[in-house]
Amino acid sequence: MSEKAKALKNRNSSAGSILKKYSMVIALVVVFVFFTLLTEGRLILPQNLSNLLLQNAYVLVLGCGMLLCILTGGNVDLSIGSTVCLIGALATQMLANTGLPAILIIVISIAIAGVIGIAQGWLIGYVHIPPFICTLAGMFLFRGLGRVVLDSKTIPIQNQLYLDIFTRYINIPGIDTEDLKVSAIIFGVLAAIIVTAGTILGRIKKRKNGYAMENGTLAYIRVALIDALIVVYSIQLANYKGISVMLLWIIAVILIYAYITSKTAFGRTFYAVGGNEKATKLSGIDPRRVYFSAYLSMSLMAGLSGLLVAARIGSVNGDSGSSYEMDAIGSCFIGGASAYGGSGSVVGIVIGAILLGTINQGMSIYGLDNNWQYVVKGVVLLLAVVFDVVSNHKTGKS
Amino acid sequence: MADNILVMSNITKEFPGVKALDNVNLQVKRGSIHALVGENGAGKSTLMNVLSGTYPVGSYTGTIEYDGKLCEFKQLRDSENFGIVIVHQELALIPELSIGENMFLGNERKGFLGIDWDETFSQAEKHMIQVGLKESPTTLIKDIGTGKQQLVEIAKALSKNVKLLILDEPTSSLNEVDAKMLLDLLLEFKKQGMTSIMISHKLNEIAYVADEITVLRDGATIETIDNTNRNIDEARIIKGMVGRDLSDRFPSRKHSVSDEVSLQVSDWCVQHPLYREKRIVNNVSFKVHKGEVVGFSGLQGAGRTELAMSVFGKSYGNDITGSIEISGKKVHLSNPKEAIDHGMAYVTEDRKGNGLILSDSIAINTTMARIKKICNKFGVIDIDKENNVAGEYVKKLNTKTPSVQQKLGNLSGGNQQKVLLSKWMFADSEILILDEPTRGIDVGAKYEIYCIINDLVAQGKSVVMISSEMPELLGMCDRIYVMNNGEIVQESNAKDATQESIMKAILDSEKKEKADKETVAS
Ligand SMILES: Nc1ncnc2c1ncn2[C@@H]1O[C@H](COP(=O)(O)OP(=O)(O)OP(=O)(O)O)[C@@H](O)[C@H]1O
Ligand SMILES: [Mg+2]
Repeated sequence: MSEKAKALKNRNSSAGSILKKYSMVIALVVVFVFFTLLTEGRLILPQNLSNLLLQNAYVLVLGCGMLLCILTGGNVDLSIGSTVCLIGALATQMLANTGLPAILIIVISIAIAGVIGIAQGWLIGYVHIPPFICTLAGMFLFRGLGRVVLDSKTIPIQNQLYLDIFTRYINIPGIDTEDLKVSAIIFGVLAAIIVTAGTILGRIKKRKNGYAMENGTLAYIRVALIDALIVVYSIQLANYKGISVMLLWIIAVILIYAYITSKTAFGRTFYAVGGNEKATKLSGIDPRRVYFSAYLSMSLMAGLSGLLVAARIGSVNGDSGSSYEMDAIGSCFIGGASAYGGSGSVVGIVIGAILLGTINQGMSIYGLDNNWQYVVKGVVLLLAVVFDVVSNHKTGKS
Repeated sequence: MADNILVMSNITKEFPGVKALDNVNLQVKRGSIHALVGENGAGKSTLMNVLSGTYPVGSYTGTIEYDGKLCEFKQLRDSENFGIVIVHQELALIPELSIGENMFLGNERKGFLGIDWDETFSQAEKHMIQVGLKESPTTLIKDIGTGKQQLVEIAKALSKNVKLLILDEPTSSLNEVDAKMLLDLLLEFKKQGMTSIMISHKLNEIAYVADEITVLRDGATIETIDNTNRNIDEARIIKGMVGRDLSDRFPSRKHSVSDEVSLQVSDWCVQHPLYREKRIVNNVSFKVHKGEVVGFSGLQGAGRTELAMSVFGKSYGNDITGSIEISGKKVHLSNPKEAIDHGMAYVTEDRKGNGLILSDSIAINTTMARIKKICNKFGVIDIDKENNVAGEYVKKLNTKTPSVQQKLGNLSGGNQQKVLLSKWMFADSEILILDEPTRGIDVGAKYEIYCIINDLVAQGKSVVMISSEMPELLGMCDRIYVMNNGEIVQESNAKDATQESIMKAILDSEKKEKADKETVAS
């Protein structure tokens, strides 16, 4: 092969690998544009964009927890939908019937979720009950308990402090007006600056220490796109009610999980156990503790979702949270987590969750009924996984 | 003109970032034994995978002519229909199934209603006799040793009417007795007219069986050497493989064993994890000094791996009794983590099952056993540092890979082994237990690994080396223990030991065992 042909070939293959790396992002863009056109632009109205994230808050939060379980070997937690209901029910009953301050009630609720997590984590990690069965039992158990706590009624939430903690829109007097919440834009610009600075500093450090670096143009194009996205989104939020506290909760959870999974030794253990449990054990990592941590974190996130969802809907009933586990599992797999464990990322889940959310919302705005939304969700999940398997197969073999 | 059963011409095969084969030519004479040699990552396994259709036509360029006909195999099945059968580097048997079931997996003997089990097992038995395997075909794979498993693979190949048998490092996990048996089997098949291709890093074996030897280096054919007279010089092959003369097989070392004992194991007994009444390690005591290389010799199933793993934080066995002292202090190691924290390392013989995460990168695997070293005090990993240290080990051990981000599963067998060694060198251990450390590693890299071992002991560390290759033990160790049936039957200075004295110790103990059994019985 001549030098020129070689160079050409290299470029082609790197274009191919970029395409593969960002395939889910591209899919998201395509779906987004499609629904924007279909709904004649209504999808990108400020109110709808704001709701897109808030309505899917639970998927994002649960998806992060679910990722750790799936990483350990394709294990899932089926009980979280029921845990959402139980924790929501306990919180609303405490709010309605005890004089305890809302903050304390929130802490107690999360603690109870922690106890659930410890129990399941212990059974799965240390007693070696298969996760599927253990959490299936939990799914029945907690749903039943939730309904008992609710006495089969729908209980509304009246405590304003509680609602504020989760759903209030940030409104800074002086700079925010009725029409334009400038604080949202300030927040967005700050976030963009942090992202940009982080990238530049990271590259400076790499250069100083002589470490290998990714292609600069590529990195800066990516940062520019992310920055643009953040700013545009925050302008849209500013045109609606501004930034909801719930958005901050979501961002906090995502950042914490992204950090743990990509940057810490603790996060690494989940990937290791899913990759080869025996080798992990012989490397001095206790797999039992890894399973335990995964299911504990999962239940904590289910507890948090229970509180978030209760606050957003404003009430809790016996069917709250049903099939939430499936949304979380779906977004993990759409986001590229391996069904055998050992690979997957938080960024992937965020994209998977937003993709599912966009489809749901796009179809509701268009006026398609609920049943069809299920059909489309199923097809998308299947397509995503088939695409993933086939593309991996190709690059792996030829 | 010679009667070639196989002519592969101008084979080129690329993986993302790696040109594994570059215009390779291979000609194999009918009824001969053809050896394929080359350094780790030279492309030997890849070439055989191209031949067998594992990499289908279209994924490579070049032509394959078999029995005078141009062949285009789209899958493994296609080449098997022509009688080309490959036995892979990593055994591919299912441990929970019986020998017979494994042999006819995917090739089931069908009767009137479903599988005909009588036919299956009688056929299995027939082929097992051909390879000299005296087991019941209903025995489960997990209950027989690696040597016998290798024979099952060959019997499986025979059941497919094999005409061209390809063996990828068939003896890498066998001891010398089993290996010799397998080689003699190949010679026997040859007499019956079968052609074989064998890949191996053990040059003495190649000199013993091969009629012709093709040398690959960096994905290209270097030469084909004739060995019909069985008089080839091993140094000659090595020169072709590494491209230079390698005068010594073992680096010289100043033996400076300290008086300080770093590891002392006393009265060590271990029971089988499942059959608790079965004793696997019986009353073993041994010690290792600082700056010493201690070897463990013995046959497959002598209990060396089991001893090592049970010492390494009880990662094998049940009801373990006995005591361990590290640097004179008594310690209790109840899990691998405690063993690692006490400065111990166990480099497993089973790199795929117990050693590495094949789906992860070289970098992640390298730092796994002591990730703390590249973390700050909050457990946050410095990824750049990680890539750098991984890169250093890649350089130091000459691991062949495009980058440290390469997935382990994409490396050749020998290069995986090098990453496994890196992992435990990175763990900074004072006492390293190396279980078959040079399995599947080419001669050049072996020399490098020996040098590393010498470096380690020169720094005052201790090395326990379990190996089935006696020359390696004799060449590297200060002291050698010989194990048989879970007991230590001999301890000698390496200076005084010979292959014969080691074999004699093993045979004597076998005889004694038999005699004991008979006295008990009568
Ligand atoms: N699936 C794959 N993807 C990418 N690279 C690969 C893949 N399989 C093999 N390679 C690369 O191709 C080269 C040749 O590998 P191959 O397994 O044929 O070596 P080998 O000669 O059998 O070595 P060994 O003696 O270590 O078994 C190596 O550099 C290896 O890393
Ligand atoms: Mg190989």
